[in-house]
Amino acid sequence: MKIAVCVKQVPDTWAEKTLQASDSTLDRDAADGVMNELDEYAVEEALQLAEAQGGEVTVVTMGPERAAETVRKALSMGADNGIHLVDASLHGSDALATSYALAETLKGRGFDLVIFGSESTDARMSVVPAMVAERLGLPQLTFAQKVEVVGDRVTIQRVSEAGYDTVEASLPALVSVVEKVNEPRYPSFKGIMAAKKKPVETLSIADAGLDAAKLGLSAAWSSVEDFAARPPKAAGTVVTDAGDGGAKIADYLSEHKFI
Amino acid sequence: MGEVLVLVEQSDGGVKKVTTELLTLARSLGEASAVWVGPGYSDAAAATLAEFGAGTVYVAGDAAYADHPVAPKAEVLAQLVAEKAPIAVLVASTADGKESAGRLAVKTNSGVITDAVAVSPDLIATQSVFGGSTVVHSKVTAGTPIISVRPNSIAPVAAPGAAARVDVAVDLSDAAKKATVTGRTVAAKGGRPDLAEASIVVSGGRGVGGPEGFGVIEALADSLKAAVGASRAATDAGWYPHQFQVGQTGKTVSPQLYIANGISGAIQHRAGMQTSKTIIVVNKDPEAPIFELADFGVVGDLFTVVFQLTEEIGKRAH
Ligand SMILES: Cc1cc2nc3c(=O)[nH]c(=O)nc-3n(C[C@H](O)[C@H](O)[C@H](O)COP(=O)(O)OP(=O)(O)OC[C@H]3O[C@@H](n4cnc5c(N)ncnc54)[C@H](O)[C@@H]3O)c2cc1C
Ligand SMILES: Nc1ncnc2c1ncn2[C@@H]1O[C@H](COP(=O)(O)O)[C@@H](O)[C@H]1O
Repeated sequence: MKIAVCVKQVPDTWAEKTLQASDSTLDRDAADGVMNELDEYAVEEALQLAEAQGGEVTVVTMGPERAAETVRKALSMGADNGIHLVDASLHGSDALATSYALAETLKGRGFDLVIFGSESTDARMSVVPAMVAERLGLPQLTFAQKVEVVGDRVTIQRVSEAGYDTVEASLPALVSVVEKVNEPRYPSFKGIMAAKKKPVETLSIADAGLDAAKLGLSAAWSSVEDFAARPPKAAGTVVTDAGDGGAKIADYLSEHKFI
Repeated sequence: MGEVLVLVEQSDGGVKKVTTELLTLARSLGEASAVWVGPGYSDAAAATLAEFGAGTVYVAGDAAYADHPVAPKAEVLAQLVAEKAPIAVLVASTADGKESAGRLAVKTNSGVITDAVAVSPDLIATQSVFGGSTVVHSKVTAGTPIISVRPNSIAPVAAPGAAARVDVAVDLSDAAKKATVTGRTVAAKGGRPDLAEASIVVSGGRGVGGPEGFGVIEALADSLKAAVGASRAATDAGWYPHQFQVGQTGKTVSPQLYIANGISGAIQHRAGMQTSKTIIVVNKDPEAPIFELADFGVVGDLFTVVFQLTEEIGKRAH
């Protein structure tokens, strides 16, 4: 089975995130880059499926030079090879442009399964996987808390408002996972050493056959008009319970008409 | 005035509260039309849509639409966008809503904005990003603006509409039929309001100590007619079902009132509740980061504090 797993480098979750005044894009240099947490689960799922069924795992990312670190991390977890789409004209790409670039890069490479995280911690849109499915005409099996491949059928449990839905399709298919799906491994020392020798294809947009007019900030289908830091919330009142803590909350609730 | 399409969120043949919020918003932008996709359109649904001002209800009622996730909704919407040329399409910021919006954007070559908390009459959307630390105004610059709106962002206001039913039939593409829903598993939800939509949420975390501890959280929730939420520590430990997890990888909630009990306030938890209007915290550790968000907080043992609070609410209700 040939599996692709799409990972994104994002600013460290704990880092303060800011938009740049110059072009209203995320200031990615201000913080350490890490693999989007949910994408670690996507990598793990790909590795487990490949280990169980035999297969090859290709990690795919679109991002600046330093996103190569994130490809390396996936390789050190055990992925076999990588594709890194990097080009100055990709800067500022929105979800539509990202999904276009990823779809074109994935196309025609014979992947049986493409696995995504269900959300990136910086964009938090949760739309890229659905958009890629739409563009490639692949069955969309997203928000999976469980993934099973038997023969050429893939079955997932899609997390729903009420519980979960069982969704099935034939391969090739596209899956996105939530964090309940598995427990990602840490790269071992051996894995880290092995990763240095694994092949990574670095593609410019020309290499990938992409149309520059559909990419980057200038092509964005939406634009930021303005942004501002929300004034910090006024510090609330914190009291230490002296046997009347519950009653004090009740007072607060009646003052504010909740009861 | 142009038409604004609102994709209806349904539950058990009825219309969810978030749809009444979206219709209220749609009326401030143009003529509100509702779009119902799937079988089971009922008189009750029609009545709610009429009450909140839907002039037209497009009903794509073929049972087949419910057999495949997301794609049919995008295809129905795409056909309506082509035929009616609406000025905007509004969906709820749920997994299905956002994914339908994403696919619709690709199909119609339109821009999409997710997680708006307000939209002005000139279609500028307000988003609250980075866990609420930054407010962004943005605008779709190509195609038909497609905007997903967070539940609980707009107060629903009734205003009668005709809710005239127009049946639509869309032939699903082969691609849309490739993924099939073969089962639905509904976890018991009891009589409590839906977590994503509730105006009050009472949550418990690791501090609750075990599954029995959630009895205390549920009792408080019931005294306030609230929904129950949980941190990942609590759902991972199996103390409370996963679908009640609040946070980055659980539900995003934005209620009028959020009461966090025995939750430390990890960034992934905050991501799902930080935009709550009023936040109350009970935690025995005065250093817990969740206190930074508190409008009112009590440093103390949740078992005594929450118990007393529930009792007080009971007394004062009479
Ligand atoms: C990819 C990823 C996604 C994640 N997604 C989510 C998510 O969606 N939602 C989420 O919640 N977390 C999520 N997390 C986990 C998150 O990082 C935290 O581990 C989790 O939120 C901690 O839960 P907690 O606050 O209940 O537990 P702890 O951090 O252990 O906090 C427990 C708190 O309870 C207090 N306490 C203990 N006993 C009592 C008592 N008797 N009375 C009062 N207070 C008491 C303690 O002082 C402490 O502050 C995610 C993590 C990752 C890596
Ligand atoms: N630049 C990117 N490169 C590779 N994968 C990406 C990129 N952006 C998003 N993704 C994938 O899409 C998922 C959802 O992202 P989003 O829609 O931005 O929340 C992520 O978890 C990744 O798997």
